[in-house]
Amino acid sequence: MLEPINVSLESLNLITLAPMLIAIAGALIILIIDLLNDKLDKSLYVMLTILVLFVDFFTVLALNVNERGFFDVMLIDGISIISQLMIIGGSMIFIPLALTSKRFHEFSYPEFFALFLFMIAGFQFMVASDNLILIFVGLETASLSLYTLIALHNRANSYEAAVKYFTMGALAAGFFAMGSAVVYALTGSVELYKVAEVLATRMNETGLMIAIFGSSVLLLVAFAFKLSLFPFHTWAPDVYEGASAPLAGYMSVVPKIAAFVVSIRIFGMYIDLGVEWIQWTILIIAVITMTLANIMALVQNDVKRMLAYSSISHAGFIMAALALDTTEGNTSIFLYYALFMFTNLGAFAMLWISRHKKRRFNVHHDHPYEKFSGFVQIMPMGAVVMALFMLSLAGVPPFSVFWGKIYVMQAAVNAGYLELAIIMGLNSAIAAYYYLKLVVYMFLKDPVKDVETIYYNLSKPLMVVIGLATVATVGAIFYVQPLLSYLYYMISASGY
Amino acid sequence: MENILSILVFFPAVAGLLGFVVAKESARAYGITVAAIEFLLSLWLWFSFDMSDAGMQFVEMIPLIPDMGISYYLGADGISLFIIIMTTLMTLIGMASMGETKNIKNMIITLLFLEMTMVGVFVALDAIIFYLFWELSLVPMLYIIGAWGGPLRVYASIKFFLYTFAGSLIMLVGMLFVAYIYHNLTGVWSFAITDWYALVLPVDYQLWLFAAFFIGFAIKVPMFPFHTWIPYAHGQAPTIGSVILAAVLLKMGTYGFVRFSLPMFPDAAVMAITPIAVLSLIMVVYTAMIAYAQKDMKQVIAYSSVSHMGIIMLGLFAMNAEGLSGSVFQMLSHGIVSGALFMLVGMIYERRHTKLLSEFGGLAAVMPKFAVIFGVMLMASVGLPLTIGFVGEFLVLLGFYQVSPVMTIIAGTSIILGAVYMLRVMKLAFFGPLDNEENKKLTDLNKRETWSLIPLVAIVIWLGVYPKPVLGPIDNSVNALLTFMDEKAITQEAKDLIIVAKSAKEVK
Repeated sequence: MLEPINVSLESLNLITLAPMLIAIAGALIILIIDLLNDKLDKSLYVMLTILVLFVDFFTVLALNVNERGFFDVMLIDGISIISQLMIIGGSMIFIPLALTSKRFHEFSYPEFFALFLFMIAGFQFMVASDNLILIFVGLETASLSLYTLIALHNRANSYEAAVKYFTMGALAAGFFAMGSAVVYALTGSVELYKVAEVLATRMNETGLMIAIFGSSVLLLVAFAFKLSLFPFHTWAPDVYEGASAPLAGYMSVVPKIAAFVVSIRIFGMYIDLGVEWIQWTILIIAVITMTLANIMALVQNDVKRMLAYSSISHAGFIMAALALDTTEGNTSIFLYYALFMFTNLGAFAMLWISRHKKRRFNVHHDHPYEKFSGFVQIMPMGAVVMALFMLSLAGVPPFSVFWGKIYVMQAAVNAGYLELAIIMGLNSAIAAYYYLKLVVYMFLKDPVKDVETIYYNLSKPLMVVIGLATVATVGAIFYVQPLLSYLYYMISASGY
Repeated sequence: MENILSILVFFPAVAGLLGFVVAKESARAYGITVAAIEFLLSLWLWFSFDMSDAGMQFVEMIPLIPDMGISYYLGADGISLFIIIMTTLMTLIGMASMGETKNIKNMIITLLFLEMTMVGVFVALDAIIFYLFWELSLVPMLYIIGAWGGPLRVYASIKFFLYTFAGSLIMLVGMLFVAYIYHNLTGVWSFAITDWYALVLPVDYQLWLFAAFFIGFAIKVPMFPFHTWIPYAHGQAPTIGSVILAAVLLKMGTYGFVRFSLPMFPDAAVMAITPIAVLSLIMVVYTAMIAYAQKDMKQVIAYSSVSHMGIIMLGLFAMNAEGLSGSVFQMLSHGIVSGALFMLVGMIYERRHTKLLSEFGGLAAVMPKFAVIFGVMLMASVGLPLTIGFVGEFLVLLGFYQVSPVMTIIAGTSIILGAVYMLRVMKLAFFGPLDNEENKKLTDLNKRETWSLIPLVAIVIWLGVYPKPVLGPIDNSVNALLTFMDEKAITQEAKDLIIVAKSAKEVK
């Protein structure tokens, strides 16, 4: 007869699961409310979502650093806490963007908000574990919800985007599963800390390199898809174009934070083990990603596509920081995203307020540059704010992204990769051109008179979000220090 | 007032923000008043400045991002003092003389923000704060050129922005590397320039870093192969844009050399004397020739301005007190004279809407005041004795003569070449028959224009005759700089070439 398994409740340390459970419970509550009364307005759901995220946020804050729980699959270390905070924070600024003055199809479904919360729970699982299977489950929960959110936008090209993203995502998931399988075959474990232990003892074995090569290439491909790195980035602009503008902005930040955390765990482990070629591969991919995406962004006619390529390029920047594998490098990933998040979401929100039901300016694009010509004469404040976002993205001091950029570059210099810092500098110079192009259109050209004004969707909640993003962009100089020291502390506490 | 530098930096910015509220019709008066107050504040800085102290004064330091070693660190010495005053003066006079009427409120606000960044560059003692103001200054200028400029304005403004931006990013990498070395040696992060001065770097590091900073500064100056953006910028910019660009923005580059390159990398600077001198000579002679060939009056001034920047560069690398002081003095005189010349060209452009020399002739008959002031400025630009232009140019040539007599003689041709192309402008525009019907109807300078130019004429003559009140403090700081460089230099070659003037007491 089998021995009954005794597990004490304390050893499960269930508090580590609390944040995700809150998000899931919130989603279920939203579904139940809809069941009871289906005539409720979206504003209720938006506010409920924010409240759930609010509770979630403070639950994460209350977690202790470096704890394991739930049969040791949950790992609450510094990076999992800061990444969860950033994921929740990013989601909290995203969700009020649903409150546009014009009605949009997707937000009338409460399922949108439920899916949104499920997605956040998925991301939280992804970052709060070093078990490859749980990471996979989290990744898939989040991705499947995200595909649906994109498709809900109810446009021909949103379906295209969702299907494209789904196909690519499925492929990436396959690669991830295969990569994990190889890791398991090699070491007999899917827990990354055990994998590292086993590999460390076997590093001098002949033939092991080939197996490591196999597993890490498969995993690298999987994450290159998720992070839209060269040569797996081609889906990104189409998907961003098909998704609604705020969701595109969201996708360029939050899912990437989650994917970066897992990448730090996996590839950081390999680099720590002394597998040098992984470092070089990542560096080369990162450099090509930032350069190529920059060059592609130069020739775009649509602001949204330009921003899509720009966010690919920014991801390349950060990927390079990952390859450095220093505490500073890892800190810079989070600092960069924390600063980039506000600016980028703000920029996409500015596109969102100008979204028309029909394409009035150009048959092919929603947001061609011409739409913004003479913006300063139509809506001076809006033009100034958009210009601030663009300058910030270009890395003009003292706006937020500059501090991220300088920290990444400093980390590269400190790690001895001076060439990398120079390449980053040159890339920023190239990037300045396409950001500037929009500024030039807004400030130096005359408006196209025969079309309706472009601040179409503007509402008070959107103004609040954009205002918040502006304050965060302009006032970065005052909060970089506390942010930086917090991030650095958390990351060094978790040993990265 | 210990924090006068902060006030100087942020007063225009605050005024710019408040300016959004001011009604359009009153915007010009508002702008001029603010600029006048700022100018008075800068004069106050001069009066409370301790002339005998060669070091940094009015120092303010607030740590901003201690983890990265970035602090809000300001200070002024004899070198920056007068550049600050020149900046506030030229902004005031540029604003007062401005004939622009389109979107005047936006222009005033932009100029006030620009003034903040310009003053900020000259008072920053933290590399990142310096970089911050340096980059930020591009934005208002982009807007000024792009919104009020000529037909090719968008192209010109983007070219201006990208060129400078690309160069300064390389400089940023250089700064990060210096900070890294500093951290390696001391264990502390710091971007304070005064901390960096203490670093004694090996020669090969110095050379690389010198090159990185050189790219950033040389594009701004603009040095010879990097000068291609400036004809477009000047050609398309409105008058006020050209005035500020020539008077102040270009000085940021040369100031950068004084503040960063020379004291931080003395050995590399000494090794770079010959290449930089050659580039400067090319600037002087080549652009002077181009200036002669121009048909457009404004382009003549633009190229002459580049040509004179060559003299400034030459003086910076003379490595002795005469050359360096002369060079700093020449920055001031170049600012005032080329600024005034651009204003004058702007005034005639407003009347005739053309700048082509062939359209003019015999203007002296209808516009006597204009012709006289133009003549004075022209003489100063050429470097006639008893004008402001002579002092700087003479000192630079005197200084560089100790380095290389041959090169000095070539550089001396700038006076002759300058006279050639400037007198050509004078002849074509002001003398000869007044045969163009339209020119006969031209009115002379009005009150506003006259009174905004007269102070400049007075300064040109005053400092030409008696430059001592300005040269004194400059000399002090320059001597301190040279002494410091001499002590810091590690190669014998550099020690030999850097000539420290004996202090006044020793001579007596």
